[in-house]
Amino acid sequence: MRLGIVLGAAVHRGIPLRRDDVALPARDLVGAALGLLRCGALHVAARHSGSVPDALVVRNLAKRYGSVHALRGVDLEVGEGELVGLLGPNGAGKSTLVKIAVGLVRPSGGDAQVAGARAGTRAARAHLGYLAEMFRFPGWYTADEVLELHQRLAGSRGGEPERRRLLELVALSEAARRRVDGMSKGMQQRLGVAQSLVGERLLMLDEPTSALDPVGRRTVRLLLEELRGRGVSVLLNSHLLSEIELVCDRVAILLGGEVVAAGSPHELSRPRGVELETDEGARRIEGATREDAPRLVAEAVASGRKVYGVRVLTSTLEDVYLEAVGGETS
Amino acid sequence: MSSIWVIVGYGFREAVRRKMFAVVIVLTIGFLFLFWLANHFVFRDVTTITVPSDVHVDTRTFAGAFLVGLAMFATLFLGVVLAVFLTLGTVTGDAERGLLQPLVARPIGRSTLLVARFLGAGAVCTAYVLVVYFAGIIITGTAGHWYPDQIVWPGLELAGGVLVVTALSLLGSVVLSSTANGIAIFMLFGAGLVAGLLGSIGHALNSHTIKHAATIASWALPFEALYQDGLRMITENASGLTGFLLQLGPFGGAYVHGWPIRLWSVAYALLVGGLALVSFARKDL
Repeated sequence: MRLGIVLGAAVHRGIPLRRDDVALPARDLVGAALGLLRCGALHVAARHSGSVPDALVVRNLAKRYGSVHALRGVDLEVGEGELVGLLGPNGAGKSTLVKIAVGLVRPSGGDAQVAGARAGTRAARAHLGYLAEMFRFPGWYTADEVLELHQRLAGSRGGEPERRRLLELVALSEAARRRVDGMSKGMQQRLGVAQSLVGERLLMLDEPTSALDPVGRRTVRLLLEELRGRGVSVLLNSHLLSEIELVCDRVAILLGGEVVAAGSPHELSRPRGVELETDEGARRIEGATREDAPRLVAEAVASGRKVYGVRVLTSTLEDVYLEAVGGETS
Repeated sequence: MSSIWVIVGYGFREAVRRKMFAVVIVLTIGFLFLFWLANHFVFRDVTTITVPSDVHVDTRTFAGAFLVGLAMFATLFLGVVLAVFLTLGTVTGDAERGLLQPLVARPIGRSTLLVARFLGAGAVCTAYVLVVYFAGIIITGTAGHWYPDQIVWPGLELAGGVLVVTALSLLGSVVLSSTANGIAIFMLFGAGLVAGLLGSIGHALNSHTIKHAATIASWALPFEALYQDGLRMITENASGLTGFLLQLGPFGGAYVHGWPIRLWSVAYALLVGGLALVSFARKDL
């Protein structure tokens, strides 16, 4: 039974199990199920009792650079295992928010906590993996040496297996011994992503796909989905709306240092009518919702039309974003 | 504590793998070769110089001290070049290039990072200065059979002077861009050297004003005072006309010397280091 509980905990935390591991007697399978339930129940109970702090909590955060207000009272939370996207035009304060959380910039007001520790303290940084918007690694280091350096600084005991796994995750296995100055920009960007994953806790990714080609972006997107599957919390700062829409649980849109819209992509999207495709062609009924669709089809059929298709239209994240920022760009 | 050594190792590797380090090594080899050549010809010809019978000058001591003084100046200069280039972009420069942020985001503490970078650069510079200094002593010793009165202390003071410059350059790197910091530190170094020369002139002319200005400069820029004290010690037993001529410089006397300036240099480096730590802790990256 105890083995089952351990396996249950392993499954809950996303640790992959081999087929041999789960070929268990019925008694242990029951134990595994109980273990899974117990871990889940404990996790949920802990979240509700407040004993497991959110990965990132930002309250009334403000930052001034001289007379410029980069942030004006921002509130934001990233829960355990949650993937949150930050959107906004250039100069909206996204990078400043991330930098305060990482401890690179001191806030002028408000509070930011990482896993219950004040942002910028060693305890907070021990929970972080960070990929800066603009970063470089020393050109004379190999990819493997970069990861080893960050393992030692982060206190990771993953050793060579962790480095091999991280390089594999970002499709750099073949480049482990290659020096950074011999790498393309895209390879360096992927190495940066791998570096941020050392320790694998709360990830702060500032434009992780900015220098990547479509294949590289897809690699990172798949990686983010995998991380979400493993329960890693991620704060993703990106201009790529499609990317954010695909992978993020929640989105916050910043404008002029303030959060102007926040919620899940589904919550942020609004109904934009229903499109009916009949023998007379496609017709869009503005203001109609999903609930109106059966009635609209029935009415069309009753009036002698042949209905070939019906589509409920909702706004995309791009529509929501453009509406929120009012077309503003820096 | 282990992270400090990780950063020391990082800084050390950065130092020895930079092209600039190779340039300094090539320059050093060139300098040592020319220095050997100079020693060879000077000590060959010094025996042919006939000093008037009523002038009591030890020509070998004079030539040896002059040559070792020259070597000490070159060593200090090359050591300062190395120290400045290793540290001029440690904070602002590396932050502008994006090298610093991935390190600062790790749970190591900014003070640890800065202290470790000082130790890494300081270790490289100290080793370099001591090797070049002792190479110079050996060249003069073998070519001219002349050795300084004090051998170890002048080398240590020279290394100490370079460490003071390293600390200044680290402080500059927190508040200035790489180029501005490099220019500022070399101007300070130049100002120190000029003050030292003025001090020698002031003592030769017995000008109170110049001597006073040189003394203030020695305390304000103690790397120069350490260098001057090192020069003083290589001929501290020279007396008579030989000693007097050596004191006239340019590689001769020191008028602020001994333990007070050594202790002040340590305090000065700590003060500068403390300022750098406070400034770095408050800096937005």
